[in-house]
Formats: sequence, C-alpha cells, structure tokens
Amino acid sequence: MMRTLLVLAILAGIGALKLPVENDLAALHRQEHFRGVKFNLDLREKIGQLGFVAALSGFRAIVADGLFIQANVAWERTEWGRVLLLFRHVTTLQPRSTLFWDIAAWHMAWNASVAAMNDRTQPRLALRVKAQREYFALGKDFLERGIKNNPDRPQLYEALARLYKEKYKDHEHAAEYFAKAATLPGAPSFDKRFSAYELSYCEGREREAYERLRALYDEGEKERLPTLITRLKFLENKLNIPEDQRIPDKEGQIAH
Amino acid sequence: MNTDESASALQPLGASTWETRHRAFSFGRIAAITINTLTELTRLKVFYVLLVFGLLLIGSSIFMAQFTFQQEFQILKDISLGAISIFTSLLAIIATARLIPQDIEDRTVYTILAKPVPRIEYLLGKIAGVLLLLAISTLMMSVAFVLVLYTREQTVLHATLRQMSRSPREQVDSAVQAVRASALTIDILPGIIIIYLKACLLTALTLFVSTFATTSIFTIVVMAFIYFIGHLQATAREYWLQEHASGLITHVFLAVVALLFPDLQAFNLVDDIVAGTAISLALFVKTAVLGIFYTTIYTLLAAFVFYGKEL
Repeated sequence: MMRTLLVLAILAGIGALKLPVENDLAALHRQEHFRGVKFNLDLREKIGQLGFVAALSGFRAIVADGLFIQANVAWERTEWGRVLLLFRHVTTLQPRSTLFWDIAAWHMAWNASVAAMNDRTQPRLALRVKAQREYFALGKDFLERGIKNNPDRPQLYEALARLYKEKYKDHEHAAEYFAKAATLPGAPSFDKRFSAYELSYCEGREREAYERLRALYDEGEKERLPTLITRLKFLENKLNIPEDQRIPDKEGQIAH
Repeated sequence: MNTDESASALQPLGASTWETRHRAFSFGRIAAITINTLTELTRLKVFYVLLVFGLLLIGSSIFMAQFTFQQEFQILKDISLGAISIFTSLLAIIATARLIPQDIEDRTVYTILAKPVPRIEYLLGKIAGVLLLLAISTLMMSVAFVLVLYTREQTVLHATLRQMSRSPREQVDSAVQAVRASALTIDILPGIIIIYLKACLLTALTLFVSTFATTSIFTIVVMAFIYFIGHLQATAREYWLQEHASGLITHVFLAVVALLFPDLQAFNLVDDIVAGTAISLALFVKTAVLGIFYTTIYTLLAAFVFYGKEL
C-alpha cells in the first residue's frame, strides 16, 4: 500500500515537472503547424461519436480519408449538399492538407456551380444564376479558410487566383493572389508570370503590368513565352511605348 | 564424508571464483532475457500482423486507382502510417501485458529470479525484447510501405512522362516535381520514428501497469483506458492550466489527468507530415526526447513496483 502511494506521489511529482515541457512542446507543435485541430463538442457533432473517438485516438487522417471517399461518392451522385457537408468535415479534420481544401473549392466553384446553372428543375434563370454565385462563394470560402490554415504554402493562393480569374473575371484579385503565391517557397515559376498577365487586364494598372512583364522578358529566353509577348505587345501599343524601347517583332515567332 | 567435504562436492566447477566473477549488473544477462523474450513472442506468431498490413496496403492501392495521383498517394500514406501506428501500439500493449503474468503463471519468473539475476535486469530484458520486436515489426512495415509507394510513384512518373512527351521541358519538369513531392518525402522517416517512440512509451507504461496487475486482461483493459485518456491529456492540461474548468471536482479531475497521464497527442505528428507539413530537427528532437523520457520513467517505476512485489 505504501509503495502504491509512493508510486502515485512520484508520478504526480514527475507530472508537475513534465507539465512545462509538455506545454512548451505543444506550443512548438502549433507554431510549426502541427496539432491544429481542436477536439471539442463542435467537432464531435460534425463527425459523429465513432469518428470523433477514432480521430481522438490518433487516426484523424484516416477518418478524414474515409469522409473524403464518401464525398467522392456523393459527387458521383451529384448530391451537392452532402459533398459540401462532407468536405467541411474533411477540412476540419485535416486543415493542413491543401489538397482537400483545393478539391472542396473545385467541387463547389466549378462542378456544383455548373450543375446549378444547368438545373432543369429551376426554370428561372435569375435563380439559377443566384445558385451559381452561391457555389462560387462557397468555393472561395473554402480557399480563404484553407489559406488561413496554410499561409506558408502557395497552392491555395494559386487556386484562389484561378477562381477569381475564371469565375469572377476579377483580374485584379487574381493578380494579387498569383503574386502572393509567387513569394512563397516552393511556388512554381509561372505564378510570377501569371500575376503579370492578370495585371495586364486591369484598367489603370497597365504601366505596372508593363514593367513587370518587361522585367520578365528581360530575364531571358525562358520567360519569352507566346502569351507574355502578346500581352507585352498589347501594352506597348496601349501605353505608346517608343519604338526603340519595344521588344522586337520576331520574338513572337521564335518563342514557344 | 564430513560436512566440509560434502559442501565442497556440491560446489560447481569454478565456484570458488563465483563471488569475484558475479557482477551486480550485467548486460549479458539482460541480452539473454531479451533474446528469450523475443523468441517467445515470435513463437506467438505476432508477425501475422505484418501479413494483415501487407493485405491492407495492396488492397488500398488497388481500391484507390480511380483517384488522381495526389489523392492516391495521400490516402495510401495516411492508411499505411495509420496502420503502422495502430499495429505497433496494439503489439506494444498486448505483447507486454502478458509478459509478467504469463511468467508467473508458468513459474518461469521463479526459475529466473532464483538465480543471481536482479529484478531490474529481468524487467529490462523483458522490455528490451518487446522493443526489439516492435523495431523489427516497424521496420518491416515501413519497408513494405516504402516499396509500395515507390512502385506507385514510378508507375505514375512513367505515365506522366509518356503523356507529356511533346510538352515543353519546363512543364514536364514541373509535373515530375509535383509527382515526386506528393509521393515519398524524407519527412516520413521522422514520422515513423515518432510512431515507434510512442509504441516504446506504451510498452513501458504497460509494463508498469502489469507489475501491479494480476492478469493480462486487466492490464489490457487499463491500457485501453490510458490510451484514450492519454490522447485527451493535452486538452485536459490546457483546460486545467487556463482555469477554464468550473467546480472543484472538475478541477481536481483535470489536474489528475494532466499530472498522471502522458500526452499521447504529442506523438501524433504523422497526420500533418503526410499533409505536407515539414518537421524541423528541433521539433523532432524535442518530441523524441519526451518519448524517451516517458519510457525511462515508466520502466523505472515498473522496476520500483516489481521490487516490492511478493513472488
């Protein structure tokens, strides 16, 4: 009995010593984007009791994968409400997976929005357009929340830029997000180029776009791609750039 | 034959030097117990777990053929590393839970401890045997996982290169880089080591529980509870330290959980590693040190309880 009490006392003593170590480690984990999921009642309500227990026991990723597979099945059946719900669970469980945020946004802004526009059960165009815009907003929301959870990675900035460009036709925001993506480690080289392309479509920002495109052009052959040359020539004409400062015409034929 | 003569006749060869040769602590004796424990556990066919793991890997990779390569690789890594984690944890608890009760039941423990083997050596040998078994199992599962992932990566790479044979060099390089980045990365290795350390911690904790348990079933049930509470310890600790809890009973309960249980969530880093979060050396070392600290403490406590156990 004495030994048991002594063991408990030792455990409590060591426990008091380990507390600051555990706290510091937990803080370091969060600082480096680990353990970002809060296990609370809200999560339990979202994923159910069994999923919650599994996630709590260290199998969060597997639970998220299972829900992701279910979301894919729902997508095949075009059950958009279920797709949205399941992707909300998936992204809650795995907030550091850019893939899940990206796919969730793609389903909403590309697939569900098109389905809403082609919805034959809704005869009124205005309501179809409204539904379409709502799905765009849901896609944007996924990407914005994804960026909040992954501010250090370029993929979701790129996806948001594409959404602004293709769905909202908002070139200014598209340019802004491509530029943000380009500054992050691991970003592909085309992000910088795409940002300049998008900027070249923005009224009033032609000079800035021209300077950025010209700087890319001056980096060498690798950057002299057909779209870049086309946009540069368009801006040269629009800004009345002097002939001697313009890029040669033949470049357009040489570059791929 | 007088008394001195009979005593002399009973002494084994070289017994006159026995006292000088016998060491209070011997790694040789620990190694002998370790090998014996490992052999004993191997005979229990625990490696069948690896067969289940292999089937799970092959099954999941066939099932996921319909996904894109990023999705496929992510799910394959999640399932494989999750399976490694659950199998090593189960092995750690089940294999360790039966060690002492089984030895008491078989009376092996009396045979060993009747010899000049200190109880700490007996315990260290036992735990080292389980840790060795866990190391072999983790290594074999990791090799199988890496092989499957590498094979899938090569298949996807060949398919990508074939499809993009006419594309510009920059695009091909970018695609190849994307495939490689989503498949096998070096960050998985520290993730697997941390899974192993978590299993070591569970082994030491199970050994500690089994020193005052009478049956292995009791140990397994207690460990199942500890496993879940350990995963909640971080939440309890935060609530306790930030004084969110209202009421004395809740406050005491949270304190007990925070002080007496290990923080098992600290070892669940692999989910985020698979999702692409890079693990820094400092973070890895600190987590590993915490794992080794817990393992050492629980082993020492197990030895302390075992010394007071009447056998």
